[in-house]
Amino acid sequence: MSMVQVLERLGHTVDYPEAQTCCGQPAFNSGYWDEARAVAERQMAVFRDAEVVVIASGSCGAMVRVFYPELFRHHPREKEARALAAKTFEFSDFLVNQLGVLDVGARFPGRATFHDGCHALRELGLKKPPRRLLQRVQGLELVEMNEAETCCGFGGMFAVKFPMISTAMGEVKCASIVDTGADYVISTDSSCLMQIQGILDRQGKAVKTLHLAEVLAQT
Amino acid sequence: MKTHARQFNESARHYTADLHHRELIQKALAGYYARRDEFKSRFQSWPAARDLAADIKREAINHLDRYLDEFVSRLEARGTKVFWAPGAKEARDYIIGVAQQHKVRSVIKSKSMTAEEIHLNEALKQNGFEVVESDLGEYIVQLRREPPYHLVFPAMHLTRRQISDLFHDRLGSEPTNDPEDLTMIARRVMRRKYCEADMGISGANFAIAETGMISITENEGNARLTTSLPKVHVALVGIEKVLPKLSDLALFLPMLATAGAGQSITCYNTLYGGPRQPGEPDGPEEFHVVLLDNRRTELLADAEQRDALHCIRCGACLNVCPVFKNVGGHSYGTTYQGPIGSVITPHLRGLQDWKHLSQASSLCGACTEACPVKINLHHHLLHNRRNAVRVYPAPLDNLLQTTFVFVMCRPGLYQLAARLGRLAQPLQRLIRGTVLDPLRAWTKTRSFPALAEKSFRDRWRERKTP
Repeated sequence: MSMVQVLERLGHTVDYPEAQTCCGQPAFNSGYWDEARAVAERQMAVFRDAEVVVIASGSCGAMVRVFYPELFRHHPREKEARALAAKTFEFSDFLVNQLGVLDVGARFPGRATFHDGCHALRELGLKKPPRRLLQRVQGLELVEMNEAETCCGFGGMFAVKFPMISTAMGEVKCASIVDTGADYVISTDSSCLMQIQGILDRQGKAVKTLHLAEVLAQT
Repeated sequence: MKTHARQFNESARHYTADLHHRELIQKALAGYYARRDEFKSRFQSWPAARDLAADIKREAINHLDRYLDEFVSRLEARGTKVFWAPGAKEARDYIIGVAQQHKVRSVIKSKSMTAEEIHLNEALKQNGFEVVESDLGEYIVQLRREPPYHLVFPAMHLTRRQISDLFHDRLGSEPTNDPEDLTMIARRVMRRKYCEADMGISGANFAIAETGMISITENEGNARLTTSLPKVHVALVGIEKVLPKLSDLALFLPMLATAGAGQSITCYNTLYGGPRQPGEPDGPEEFHVVLLDNRRTELLADAEQRDALHCIRCGACLNVCPVFKNVGGHSYGTTYQGPIGSVITPHLRGLQDWKHLSQASSLCGACTEACPVKINLHHHLLHNRRNAVRVYPAPLDNLLQTTFVFVMCRPGLYQLAARLGRLAQPLQRLIRGTVLDPLRAWTKTRSFPALAEKSFRDRWRERKTP
């Protein structure tokens, strides 16, 4: 809802087609490409007439932008998959690179550090856009952590198939977050934040996770 | 017998719980990161260097037949004996045959992951030959009777104290904490072995087609002694090591040193083109090159993953891999650890037995970003997962994915599932973290967020109809 608020504040009309479900990444990452294709085809139909599709997740965004074209390579619906990929944007990508907006008029007092979700960072190349947006949030002090680009260890099914590795990775991440003395850790991916918050809570740390949109929605 | 997957899980569980080990590896790599970045910045453009390196390797791999022929004919012209080994056994048998023919007793070896791949040391020992590793790290793990921990830094998991204790136990040396003293202890043993050895075995970092030479890169000078003092030198070379031109080394030597060890260039870089020629004062009397396929041509036939043959074994992908850093090199149970190992081991040793390595990844992509020859490592993990499911889908995963698709293709059902989840959450709280908890794999070590009381959909509807 925060993303909707920001986009509407900027004067855009937002629609939410209720027939949408999941991008299909869980099946795709597990190797079930036929199954992923079935789910993807539904989303392609749902969003066929949209002007642009904005996703509040670097991971789902990467699935549509990067992996749909691969999933539908040499498939009858390849063109359609590519069309959806071309008009789909992760939220910060859309604001900064498509709209050219840096200041969304947000105000959020506190000290925060930013976690680069791997998909946003490496598949979509979005190192700077979220930081540029956060730098213009009034009252927000942004501090970099040492391991900003290190994976939090979520990785979808990986987190439950290999919980020991996933948790160890998360602990490295959280130690780096705590070292900054920040009150908040912000990211563009709720799944990373669920992993990070899950570990911080267990460790009894007071740091709170926030999605970028939640911060940008505050005035 | 335990499956490889089970062994991996058990080892990963052990190492991830060992905070001392995790800290040791982090510390060992901290210096590497700083030096690597410094030397990367000395390239006019690291991204352009990577593009060029990938192009050169692509050319070499796509025309492997031509370049290998060129490489071999030039080597043979100078009297080198070349053996094409289709598999590990043929390579081992050939090398043992050469050793027997020359009545070899003692073999000195410089570092070679390809020799690890074919388990050469064990085979030589079984046939009565003494084998000594001359690379310091390799020598240490050889004394410990364990495989290399990392394809470039075989003993990175050991502290100076552990090495001192090992030398004390096995060589009778005085305990010391000084790295130079430790090196000198090994060196004293090694010097004697070089003189005793009748045969030297090496690997190769690059095989230069244009000149018919192998290039070996090292920091200790041990490979030079290994290859030049004994009367027979055998080099074991994977067929993918080919570079078209001698001038390609101008890019690949500094690149390998930078990505692999955080060095501008390694201390010794040597080219070997044949046995001792008439009129030359030194060098081996016989030089054998064993070209190893061992299922590399199967990988070559796979257009999607062929670029995995670009690998120059620098280890950069291991050094940045958060999985490697937490589970450690020995958990993999493979010759090649880390992301590149997870990608190629299924090709070299069977997909169904080694698919778990492709699953044991968060797909973060740090490896692909680090790879100097631009192998699309983390996407290949996805390809391996897909290929594994095609041949043998696990029944439980099948059920899960079929259910997933069934629900996700029916928005009404999807919404109902979300509602049920909201209802079930208070119940789940009662059994959280116990064996009854279906989310135990998560909740054992992490808290689980409370689902919002109202779904986005409900809030969206309320908003539309005030």
